[in-house]
Amino acid sequence: MTDVPVPYRVVARRAETADTVTLCLEPVGAALDDFTPGQFAMVHCFGRGEIPVSVSSVQATGGLAHTIRSVGAVSAGLCAAQAGDVLGVRGPYGLGWELERARGRDVVVVAGGIGLAPLRPLILRALAEPATYGRVNVLIGARTPADLMSRKEIERWPTSYTGVTVDRPDQEWRGDVGLVTALLDRADFEPARASAFVCGPEPMIRATARDLVFRGVPAERIRVSLERNMRCATGHCGHCQLGPLLLCQTGPVVDWTAAEPLLSVREL
Amino acid sequence: MSVTAAPALLDRDGLNALVSALVAQGRTVIGPTVRDGAIVLAELDSADALPFGWGVELDAGRYRLVRREDGAAFAHSAGPQSWKNFLHPARERLWSAERTPEGDVSFTPQEPAVPSYAFLGVRPCDLRAIAIQGRVLTGGRHADGGYAGRRERALIVAVECTEPGAACFCVSTGGGPAVDPGYDLALTEVDGRFLVRVGSDEGAALLEQVPHRGAGPDVEESARAAVDSARERMGRALPPVDLRALMGASLTAERWDDVAARCLTCGNCTMVCPTCFCTTTEEVTDLTGDHTERWQRWDSCFDLDFSYLHGGPVRSSPRSRYRQWLTHKLGTWHDQFGTSGCVGCGRCIAWCPAGIDITEEVAALDTERAARGTETD
Repeated sequence: MTDVPVPYRVVARRAETADTVTLCLEPVGAALDDFTPGQFAMVHCFGRGEIPVSVSSVQATGGLAHTIRSVGAVSAGLCAAQAGDVLGVRGPYGLGWELERARGRDVVVVAGGIGLAPLRPLILRALAEPATYGRVNVLIGARTPADLMSRKEIERWPTSYTGVTVDRPDQEWRGDVGLVTALLDRADFEPARASAFVCGPEPMIRATARDLVFRGVPAERIRVSLERNMRCATGHCGHCQLGPLLLCQTGPVVDWTAAEPLLSVREL
Repeated sequence: MSVTAAPALLDRDGLNALVSALVAQGRTVIGPTVRDGAIVLAELDSADALPFGWGVELDAGRYRLVRREDGAAFAHSAGPQSWKNFLHPARERLWSAERTPEGDVSFTPQEPAVPSYAFLGVRPCDLRAIAIQGRVLTGGRHADGGYAGRRERALIVAVECTEPGAACFCVSTGGGPAVDPGYDLALTEVDGRFLVRVGSDEGAALLEQVPHRGAGPDVEESARAAVDSARERMGRALPPVDLRALMGASLTAERWDDVAARCLTCGNCTMVCPTCFCTTTEEVTDLTGDHTERWQRWDSCFDLDFSYLHGGPVRSSPRSRYRQWLTHKLGTWHDQFGTSGCVGCGRCIAWCPAGIDITEEVAALDTERAARGTETD
């Protein structure tokens, strides 16, 4: 491994949920190469370590945004970062969503929880080019209303269909309750000419992709973003293996045709 | 390449002169030597430190030094170490970072240590392992510069295998006791003398510096016979089937439960394996908290933390961790790096505290597949 982090300054910090924060970053000096939606960076918290995080916003200025849920020592440290703090970032790594493969097709985006973050730049790009893409659908599931991120922004997206559902409603919740796959009944797309992009917990990815295939979306047009432990991001540490895949090189976004047989084997 | 066509012959003084010439070049000469009841790889200042008169007795979970009457220097099988200890060190600093009182952070890459090594006594199996690890660490989009530099500078004196051990199975992995290209000089030990073949210009120049004479056809014939005989005396063999297909067809095999009942998940097999390359990283800070370093160290897929994601490890059962090691080594390694990850050196068999034998496990998986009637070609 020869990649060394590049300093990025936190210019804005936005609390998304009780345990999730979005950090907007600008390079202190030279910027990294451009990221595409779905790619990830290794983000370094000084004195704690590095974790892989997908980009949740890609700016023409070289700025980046990362949405991070506090689940361990490094992510907790990053979530505690304040505007003005300097972090280390290296990347871009991996293969992204490749939205351009959906040209002329309906777009179905399905997100579970914080899985919406890596899909956000893809949604914005698809909505910005209505002549290029067909009907855009965004389906979002979360454990509770408190776990929904970007709620105000979601409402403003000019999609053909936006659905939001939660597993466990609270007193104020008036929306859907249940699995995100139930929203597919109401989404506005023609399965045979649709492309789908899915990110969330693995059980949700499996259920969603299988449902999409059942409805007639070709498996090779379903892209899913997978997660494994990563230490180097350069294909040398061996941690991100999923069967034949090294997810830092041939992922994290992979076709469902490649992912399906691998996610069917327990503890692979 | 101006490689001399005719092989040369070195006697023991010639071998001493060879080591002296390498030392005089400023190289760190690494070779086999007896230490702590094993033949280890260590820095040599003279050929006298080679394990003349020592052999090894191997079996699953067993390694013992034994005396040899013939005084041979290279009539021993692989020891607990491999050349990865030098080319892919167990611990390496990757970079360091400083934080100023104002909160600015700067990162400094670590210049990799690139000693000028000479490796003396590299077995054909280990020569293949070096090529495989080179492919893993320098063949992709991101090359490990430290590894590339160390490999590039290293001079390799290979030794053909004339004494395979009971744990050896290189022939069934497509290798053999004869040496493949990739060496600078290749030796074959014949009755206390060493037939020398040149594999590079650097090797040719080195040979010119040491007293040697031409090897007659008799010596060449004896060397060939010794290597041919070794080919016939392999202690073990992997089943002669498409191992990649077998691994792919065995992900839900019952045999994994059987081996998991014996496997201690200690990771010894991955530490001694000459191709296992996995590493993890550690963050190390000083007492001020304003200086931090990123270190890489060897890791093992048998460790629970290896597959840790928030919430727990992906591979928590021993069954899944042994399966990961074996199916990667013989199966998915092909998908990732275009080659198998096994060279048949037998280290994982000898150094397994539970005596688990990779050839036996693969044979059992093959038998189970046949019993399922799902044989695929």
